[in-house]
Amino acid sequence: MPENDSTPVLEVRHIGKRFPSVKALDEVSISLNEGEVLAVIGENGAGKSTLMKILAGVQMPTNGEILVAGQSVTFSNVEQALRAGISLIHQELNLATNLEVGANIFLGREPRSFGLIDRRAIEREALKYLKMVGLAVSPRTVVGALSIGQQQLVEIAKALSTQTRVLIMDEPTSSLSQRETEALFEVVKKLRKQGVSILYISHRLREIEELADRVVVLRDGRYVGELSRGEIEHSAMVSMMVGRDVSKFYHRVQHETGEVVLEVSQLRTPANPQHALDFSIRSGEIVGIAGLVGAGRSELLTTLFRITPAVGGHMKTESLPHPPRSAQEAIEAGIVLAPEDRRLTGLVQAMSVKRNLSLATIRRTATWGFLNRRAEDRVCKEMSRLLRIKSADDHQMVQYLSGGNQQKVVLGKWLATEPRLLLLDEPTRGIDVGAKEEIYQLMHKLAGRGVAVLFVSSEMEEIFGLSDRTLVMHEGRITGELTRDQLSEDAVMQLATGRGATPAIC
Amino acid sequence: MTGNELETDSLLSKTVSKLRAGGKIYGILGLLTLICVYTAISSDRFLLVGNVENLVHRTALFGILSIGAALVIITGGIDLSIGSVVCLVGVLLPFLLTKHDWSVPVAVGALLVLSLGIGLAHGLLVTKLRLQPFVVTLCGLLFYRGLSRGITNDQSQGFGIEFKGLRSIATGRIPIFGEGESAFHLPATTLVLIILAIVAAVFLNKTIYGRYLLALGNNPEAARYSGINTDRMVLLAYAVCSTLAGFGGMLFVLDINAAQPSDFGNFYELYAIAAAVLGGCSLRGGEGSILGVVIGAAVMVVLSNTINLVHPKYQNIEFAIIGAVILSGAIVDELVRRWLAVRRAGK
Repeated sequence: MPENDSTPVLEVRHIGKRFPSVKALDEVSISLNEGEVLAVIGENGAGKSTLMKILAGVQMPTNGEILVAGQSVTFSNVEQALRAGISLIHQELNLATNLEVGANIFLGREPRSFGLIDRRAIEREALKYLKMVGLAVSPRTVVGALSIGQQQLVEIAKALSTQTRVLIMDEPTSSLSQRETEALFEVVKKLRKQGVSILYISHRLREIEELADRVVVLRDGRYVGELSRGEIEHSAMVSMMVGRDVSKFYHRVQHETGEVVLEVSQLRTPANPQHALDFSIRSGEIVGIAGLVGAGRSELLTTLFRITPAVGGHMKTESLPHPPRSAQEAIEAGIVLAPEDRRLTGLVQAMSVKRNLSLATIRRTATWGFLNRRAEDRVCKEMSRLLRIKSADDHQMVQYLSGGNQQKVVLGKWLATEPRLLLLDEPTRGIDVGAKEEIYQLMHKLAGRGVAVLFVSSEMEEIFGLSDRTLVMHEGRITGELTRDQLSEDAVMQLATGRGATPAIC
Repeated sequence: MTGNELETDSLLSKTVSKLRAGGKIYGILGLLTLICVYTAISSDRFLLVGNVENLVHRTALFGILSIGAALVIITGGIDLSIGSVVCLVGVLLPFLLTKHDWSVPVAVGALLVLSLGIGLAHGLLVTKLRLQPFVVTLCGLLFYRGLSRGITNDQSQGFGIEFKGLRSIATGRIPIFGEGESAFHLPATTLVLIILAIVAAVFLNKTIYGRYLLALGNNPEAARYSGINTDRMVLLAYAVCSTLAGFGGMLFVLDINAAQPSDFGNFYELYAIAAAVLGGCSLRGGEGSILGVVIGAAVMVVLSNTINLVHPKYQNIEFAIIGAVILSGAIVDELVRRWLAVRRAGK
């Protein structure tokens, strides 16, 4: 990367952050050059978030210094960081969805005329930044009406309007479709050309392979090493992150498949009632559902689990000849769902790990409605052990666990019910490499025991590595089914975009 | 007896964690003690047997209402109509018994069914039509009082000198200890409260339904996705709350023997909600302790007594003082919660 001057635009030296119980960062020194895309990778708990929060002014370091363009600075709040040209775009977007795009971009910094908000100036300026990010919407559009991808671009426009020199992006593509991801990449490349530096945090190593000029790896709060442009490559990144050689990443295991566990015919979901779905799944099978965001995959799972009712068609399991009439009935028939948003719908945040683990099974172990505490303890112990759930003790509230551990609690809750069909919606979203691996092994173990696993995933690698069969959906219907041999990125994409589909028989 | 009861294996650590969990209870108990000590020092009439009996009696009455309010608050909702249900039922009981010669069992039965029906109506509007609890019960507040004024032509209702037997449920006193002037009699209403509180506490802490209620209060979506029938639980909470309000209304009128429809039960919902909040029920839902609620009701009752005995000239601003005390309690509670969270997560 050609450097105009040798001073890095941003540098941290021996940065450390200590909390009462843990050292989140330990003597980390990193520099970022102008117009550079620097990826920061590491497992959950490696310290990436903490480092970003310090740079953005959300937290203060316990020791070390921050230099902006060679000058030492301290940020005691976010405003100071913004003024120094550093802005952070969170994984969960920070927009007021009830307000307009323009209002969001200038929130807190509204141009005034005679003490009143100058709406025309907002509109004019907002258009300028929207153009920079390639978002063709009117500044008067209400943010809530935009897609997640578009909202993200609004956040970037907002950051640009603060004359940011360093843009920190935390897992920016986790909720984006393939198309939106590509649009985002274009914006990043454009910004890079304009001299904006970007700190990019992501678990999606293939994106980093495409985008990053350099990669810095953190592990356990320490700087482990970095890779320059030529060295950036999947297995190199993984082994630095994890600290061990991960050559065989996915286990291609053959399972024995048994009798049909679920048979779906002409099923219509309330989200896409115009399309009828047909498929079946056998015990011991791992079936992946691929498709673009909005293809109707999550809606299919929530219908199977009776969060939303089927509006037509048939669904048959061994013990239930019709679609379940309630989630409770689905559970009793052995169908369980680990939902897409574990924090919102997967876990009761203010409850302990133990109570979350037992939530689905306390009914069947109760006598006359009274809690069976011993059974609850047993479930907790068993699942903690099986899933290696790391928590301080069983009183730990789940909201304080890492994403990976939280997901394990969700899985533990359902595994305790001894399901026959496990529905998983994006099972490893926002989870670090190590925990992902554990979940994949778990899925294989369950399949080996005869559980049928139906999972939705937006990560191609995951689908490739796990599925015995892959269903692909597009705009509410199943456009095709691919066996292992037929599976290729091209084949999936064709079906996911509606091309090359078997004609729909509605 | 908290809804967030923690558990470990050894007895010692069980006790320790129960103590830690009971932190909130100690807080409100401390507040109550403080107020009692202050009043006892400032007025020699506070500790008179008659006064103490009265405090216990009123705590019981308000406690019954507060437990109902607490259940609704735990679901994340609220019931602003409690006072008006107290009024409606409290006015109808003497009305039906004296002016329309209904028999006691029929009148009481009908009024309990009415209270239950009101609760179910609230619950259905909230769960099926997804109306906001604030709106539904606010309308109830207006509606039931208006109804009671209309039915009775705004005339005060009472039992006169009759129905002494029935009234003894509310007015009865059971001798406990002492003799003569300083004999302490336990008000019968206290027994009612104790039974109710035990049932409620067991329900909340030892049954799966209590667990479901706490879960759905904290995160109704997650509760649904875990297979819990959240609608049924919410319906139950509102039904119980209004039934207890009606039951409380009957006890109130049996006690006082006069119910003026224009102001009977006025503001009682605020006392009930305040008691619940002081007792540890967050208005966000998902938390609650029955013991805390009862102590909260005691705080409200004693505070009123304090103003009466110690600073009678502040009678006018009684509400202001109560409001200030509750606000301070809530502020302290939040600060303590933050301090605990900082200590625990170290962030």
